[in-house]
Amino acid sequence: MKSKGVRIAILSGKGGTGKTLVSVNLASIAEKSIYIDCDVEEPNGHLFFKPEKVQEEVITVKIPVINDSMCNGCRRCVDFCKFNALAFIKNKPYVFEEVCHSCGGCMLSCSENAIGEQEKPIGKVLRGFSGSVSVHTGMMNTGEASGIPIIKSLLNDSIINEELPIFVDCPPGSACIVMESIKDADYCILVTEPTIFGVHNLKMVYDLVRLFKKPHGVVLNKCLDGENPAEMFCIENNIPILGRIPFDNELGRLNSDAKIASRESNRFRSLFTSLLETVKKEVRHETTVNPQR
Amino acid sequence: MKIAIPVDNQNLESSVCPSFGRAPYFLFYNTDTKENYYLDNSAVASQGGAGIRAAQVIADHGVKALLTPRCGENAEEVLRKSEVLIYKSIPGTVQENIDAFVAEQLVLLSDFHPGFHGHEK
Repeated sequence: MKSKGVRIAILSGKGGTGKTLVSVNLASIAEKSIYIDCDVEEPNGHLFFKPEKVQEEVITVKIPVINDSMCNGCRRCVDFCKFNALAFIKNKPYVFEEVCHSCGGCMLSCSENAIGEQEKPIGKVLRGFSGSVSVHTGMMNTGEASGIPIIKSLLNDSIINEELPIFVDCPPGSACIVMESIKDADYCILVTEPTIFGVHNLKMVYDLVRLFKKPHGVVLNKCLDGENPAEMFCIENNIPILGRIPFDNELGRLNSDAKIASRESNRFRSLFTSLLETVKKEVRHETTVNPQR
Repeated sequence: MKIAIPVDNQNLESSVCPSFGRAPYFLFYNTDTKENYYLDNSAVASQGGAGIRAAQVIADHGVKALLTPRCGENAEEVLRKSEVLIYKSIPGTVQENIDAFVAEQLVLLSDFHPGFHGHEK
């Protein structure tokens, strides 16, 4: 029997706190690992990894197609749709494709069997390699309502080698797209920055990981001398602090050049190596305390 | 002619609601008989597509002209297919807007914003 690779999700309440920085560097330090970019609205991990031998898969959802001649105008489908993706105008039903969430309910509600389905592309999944890191990227087409079908495909177990550690770079925020990304995670790393706004957004994801009963810890990014409101929040709430990343000129420059800091600089290699060690220790501790996970 | 206006309160001194799809109420007003009635907007709390649903209600009530400060692309599509004209409301009360409409002082709304669909909260 294969041993299951640990699945670590990296998330934050807002964009730009350093989710990708942490995910990319941890995956890179772990050497043989899997990096999955679930930030399908603007994935950027691939800009750092520059993966090769990339295979592309188009992701589609099903949207309703209504046969007008079979429609009896009962409007049951229009009333059923909680997303108001259907309208009935001048005795003719209309589908607003970009509002549809592909639940299939309209089809079930139709007594005349006038509603069928067709595939509609919403984005793609790209799978490639950067050294020994297997890089998976989800990309959603502009204007689509939900990236969840892309994330489901990204995290599909049958494609991912379960023996290797998996680093899941989540979308920002705490909406359902993030819930989908952390659903099967063994451990969650919350990345935050030392501002009041940072604390507010940290609290959102902190509430989320507790709701999902996920073991978690915090990485304090952009650390400066002086008071750190995010650190205070962690101390007050007994949240383990996994590591600190300085607000640093060299790091900023490497990052904006799309370079992986831990591959370029000894200083950051040791910083992320020790962060990975801490995370591993926390995960081991959690699996001992809660073996059912 | 039957017209409709998204309103903040159920009286003619109310302000026009800045949002069409998420307005709390709609005023329906007959410019010939001056008869009017109000309706709760059933789309106000919907998860998405509020404009589509609101436009459907406006069309179902046989409205010929909608007076609103803004309107989304999807609502506009429903209203256009329903042959409801969309006029740009002016600052002021609902009554002032009705008077301006009757005096043919309102112009057709020409810019429609993209829908804020999706369920990101």
